[in-house]
Amino acid sequence: MSRIHVNTTINGDATDYLCEAEDTLLDVLRDQLDMTGSKEGCASGDCGACTVRLDGRLVCSCLVLGAEAEGRTVETIEGMADGETLHPLQKNFIDKAALQCGICTPGILVAAKDLLERNPDPTEEEVRYWLAGNLCRCTGYDKIIRTVLETAAEMRGAA
Amino acid sequence: MKFETPQTIEAATALLAADAGARVLAGGTDLLVRLRAGQIEPSAVIDIKRIKGMSDITQEDGGWRIGAAVPCSVMGEHDGLKAAYPGVVEGAELIGSTQVQGRCTMVGNLCNAGPAGDSVPAMVAAGASVRIAGPEGTRDVPVIDIPLSPGKTSLAKGEFVTSVFLPARPARSSDAYLRFIPRTEMDIAVVGCAVNLSLNEDGTVKEAHVSLGAVAPKVLDVPEAAAALIGSKCEDAALEALATAATAAATPIDDKRGTVAFRKDVSGVLARRAAKLAYTRAMGEKS
Repeated sequence: MSRIHVNTTINGDATDYLCEAEDTLLDVLRDQLDMTGSKEGCASGDCGACTVRLDGRLVCSCLVLGAEAEGRTVETIEGMADGETLHPLQKNFIDKAALQCGICTPGILVAAKDLLERNPDPTEEEVRYWLAGNLCRCTGYDKIIRTVLETAAEMRGAA
Repeated sequence: MKFETPQTIEAATALLAADAGARVLAGGTDLLVRLRAGQIEPSAVIDIKRIKGMSDITQEDGGWRIGAAVPCSVMGEHDGLKAAYPGVVEGAELIGSTQVQGRCTMVGNLCNAGPAGDSVPAMVAAGASVRIAGPEGTRDVPVIDIPLSPGKTSLAKGEFVTSVFLPARPARSSDAYLRFIPRTEMDIAVVGCAVNLSLNEDGTVKEAHVSLGAVAPKVLDVPEAAAALIGSKCEDAALEALATAATAAATPIDDKRGTVAFRKDVSGVLARRAAKLAYTRAMGEKS
């Protein structure tokens, strides 16, 4: 079977790749494009470690076929920092130790950034529901939730 | 496995009719899980998202037509749809996480034919129909006639669902969907219940529909529960009769998520609460 040629945009760059029909977008990102920031946790859409934005909407890249990305726009954790300058969420996750092993962190950062772009002033409950599909087995979530809320305040200039 | 992206409904039905091993892909939140787990080995995946209209929500004859590939998150952001059918939208928005919401669809939830699909009871209570395309053309079928038993639908070879239609509704109408899960998010309904009401000018219930999920091999329409509300203002006596009828109609199984007795009891509790919520909404009060 001939492989599928896909043209897409990843983190603002026009990109093309060849994939098998069975390959997920996560497989393509990690194994072909060397973008290993997105992680495979569960491979069933439960853990959120593979979270990316597809046409501006959060999705689990393990539940998207690589071939589906034709003509679409993909945003991954690799596009979150501006060169050497970390996004405020990234900087605060480090400064406030909102991570331990780090496997869930890329997915949580991508999901949290999307939330703050939609809603710059979320309540704690809104943050918790928004991130319910991002599982973390280390932190107990408290530092993650607090850091998202504090970063939101900082980005609003209210900190 | 082949990956196909038909541009028209006719091309999609031709592909499906020619290949019994082909599967339809819209949001993929069920299909890809099963594919990855090795539970299915389709010969082809037919991605219907490139077909015109599949991702649109449009007004039609005073009601709403929702394309088969519309993600549930998009429904939740649609003010007109939410105002008309808050219960349908809240059911759809209960499926999975934020990430799953960005892809999952009501049609996928329906055609998955799981007894506990959260978006299905509210569609049934709304009297929704689906449009099915197949080699012989299109046909419209009530939502309740799509699932037959767990994992089985009434769709024939070469057919797929292209949209859901929520009919026009009179003034003073609204709906609600509630489910019980042992946690607050990311779980499968132990019991789900939708109530759809239309009221007379004096505030009495003119028309009612009650639907239960997760308490039978497929979604239930419970007319005897709905009848308990007709003519009432959802006072305690009417709600009690509604709950009794809902409990009686439920024929659940025992499993790790709930016992028969618990599910039957919760069917009544949720019916009562969903009816009150739908009534409050239909009266135009904030809920």
